[in-house]
Amino acid sequence: MDAKDILGLHKTSFPSSIEKKSRPPKESQRKPDGISREVYALTGGMPPLMPSIDASQLKKKHNEKVTWQWLPFTNSARKDDLHLYHWVRIVNGVLPTGDYSFAKYNKSVDIIKYTDEEYEKYLTDPMWTKEETNELFDLCERFDLRFVVIADRFSSSRTVEELKDRYYSVLRAIVLARAASSGDVATHPVIKEPYNVSQEIERKRALSMVLSQTRQHEKRDEEVLIEAKRIAELRMASKVAEQSQLVVATNADAEVTERAVPGESLSPSNVQHPPMAVPSPITDNASTLASLRMLRVYLRTYALEQMVQVSNSTAGVRTIKRVEQTLQDLGVNLKPRVPTKAVCAEHLELRREILTWLNLQKQVQYKEAEGSSYRDGTYGETPDTPKDRTFIPDSLNFGVSGERVGKKDQKRKGHGAQPTAAHKRPRKQKASDL
Amino acid sequence: MPNTSSSKKHCQDQPQLSGPIPKSHMAKSEENKKNSGKKLKDVEISVPIVYGNIAFWLGKKASEYQSHKWTIYVRGASNEDLGVIIKRVVFQLHSSFNNPMRVVDAPPFELSEAGWGEFEIAITLYFHSDVCDKPLNLYHHLKLYPEDENSSMSTKKPVVVELYDEIVFPDPSEAFLARVQNHPAVHLPRLPAGLTLPPPIPVEDASKRRKGDTKDNPLSQWFLNFSEADELLQLAAARQQVQAHISKLKRQISLIEGQHKQLKSSDQ
Repeated sequence: MDAKDILGLHKTSFPSSIEKKSRPPKESQRKPDGISREVYALTGGMPPLMPSIDASQLKKKHNEKVTWQWLPFTNSARKDDLHLYHWVRIVNGVLPTGDYSFAKYNKSVDIIKYTDEEYEKYLTDPMWTKEETNELFDLCERFDLRFVVIADRFSSSRTVEELKDRYYSVLRAIVLARAASSGDVATHPVIKEPYNVSQEIERKRALSMVLSQTRQHEKRDEEVLIEAKRIAELRMASKVAEQSQLVVATNADAEVTERAVPGESLSPSNVQHPPMAVPSPITDNASTLASLRMLRVYLRTYALEQMVQVSNSTAGVRTIKRVEQTLQDLGVNLKPRVPTKAVCAEHLELRREILTWLNLQKQVQYKEAEGSSYRDGTYGETPDTPKDRTFIPDSLNFGVSGERVGKKDQKRKGHGAQPTAAHKRPRKQKASDL
Repeated sequence: MPNTSSSKKHCQDQPQLSGPIPKSHMAKSEENKKNSGKKLKDVEISVPIVYGNIAFWLGKKASEYQSHKWTIYVRGASNEDLGVIIKRVVFQLHSSFNNPMRVVDAPPFELSEAGWGEFEIAITLYFHSDVCDKPLNLYHHLKLYPEDENSSMSTKKPVVVELYDEIVFPDPSEAFLARVQNHPAVHLPRLPAGLTLPPPIPVEDASKRRKGDTKDNPLSQWFLNFSEADELLQLAAARQQVQAHISKLKRQISLIEGQHKQLKSSDQ
């Protein structure tokens, strides 16, 4: 015993006995009842997420008497008179009616059959013999127009496109020949959209090229596209920069003009400048007016459109829709019927006021939400996080006087400076206190 | 008077601009510089116009390709003569018409045709050289068939579509101003004090001028009236409503803020 102890053999045997004990309980835990271990392992060894049988189905009423009988049947899809047997579900002694349920799947394509006469008249072709054409049509019938199979079975080697071309041209010629008038068949797909061999070959080639592109190829193509996009954007930016430079007072420095026209060079330093030098003309009232003046002549409606765009630029799509809805509700034309200077000015002012109104509505909502969290006591726990107070995004302050934000700051400061005064007030009992 | 004469002298003595620029433009920019641009900046000339079409169904006389007789036009909003501002108008018709580019060199600026289809017509206005050297484009969708599909077409009552707009010249030249200052087709704001314009040059042919207006136009009985009064009223009423809503909400906000303040102070 001592020797074993010294060698540590006793210890190794001990853990192994524990393993043996633990393994069977684990195994029996894992294996669910009613299903053998190997079958359960097939499902991935885990119970399924959804039951395979709807539990409610089992509770359904079983009013009918269901028996099963071994009966013979025939299949209308078969041409011979084969009689086979199968189990049939008999409900209340009544046999099921109708054809063999799988007979309806016996669909086939109606391949036209041309007569020899028709062949001589319409279908002769230098590239195709009559035997080949006949063989083609026979295969088409047998294989339901599965051209890949047909091409494989065809005696002489023809490509799928050639076979298709021949088939569709024959079909077209026959349809046209048999039609009473050309107008009747104008809607037939073969007439409306004839098979175009060269296009098909090209299309398949292009497709296979795309599919067989190596990853390297793909990466290279992507890089080129990104580069092209960047160049296009630079061009746009420089165009816009040029225009806005014309707009800005001509007293501006010559430097600014130079910077704003970076030209077509793509050096990184120049790439920086366009975004900086371009005062986006859309969002600026003054620059819109200036750009209008530069036009030398314009229509009042055009000017109004531009100004409306400016005022809309600070708002999102949904807000703009709400503004338009409000205008309609107020009985105001979205585009004034008599756009005189005065009418346009009033219209613009009205739009701005509606925006202000909508923003105030949002503000009220936020404030009320704030209020409820005050009452819940959540604010009491984090009094020193000024972020929470002004979580209204800056865009909402548009139209509302800035003094409001300032007021909040003052209140906060006041509090911090006079903690003693606050203590003197009797503290309200709160749920969080308990 | 002394101002203008001295500026003209200045222009002659020191031509600061290069040759190819026409003299009238040179004069304008010189005057701008001389007078620090202030007086002409605040003067904006606007010309109220109405453009559109009138279409008559030809009834019995209608053929497959000519079911309607229509006239497209640009007129002064109060039927005044636009010839004082507009030199010519070009109507670009659908390519199926012969010579689709139709030029009208004198007022009244209208074009009559017969056809069956509705299409967009591009109207280009070319102004006199002292007015503006850039043309202005308008677009009008020709309407022949009445809005209500079920209403029957009559040969007596035409389909009329007219749109009101105003041509704005933000920076008119003095010459232009002088020429049109008292013309009924043009709206001038009150001229700023100190701006004296030379008296307008009398129009040579008084009878010619009269013909340019559309007051006696055979189609004038169908012209629509455009009064800004209704729209202004509508807008004013709407603004009042919105302003009331705004004040209400502002009061609400300050109320809520007051409540917040109380809650905050009771926390500490």
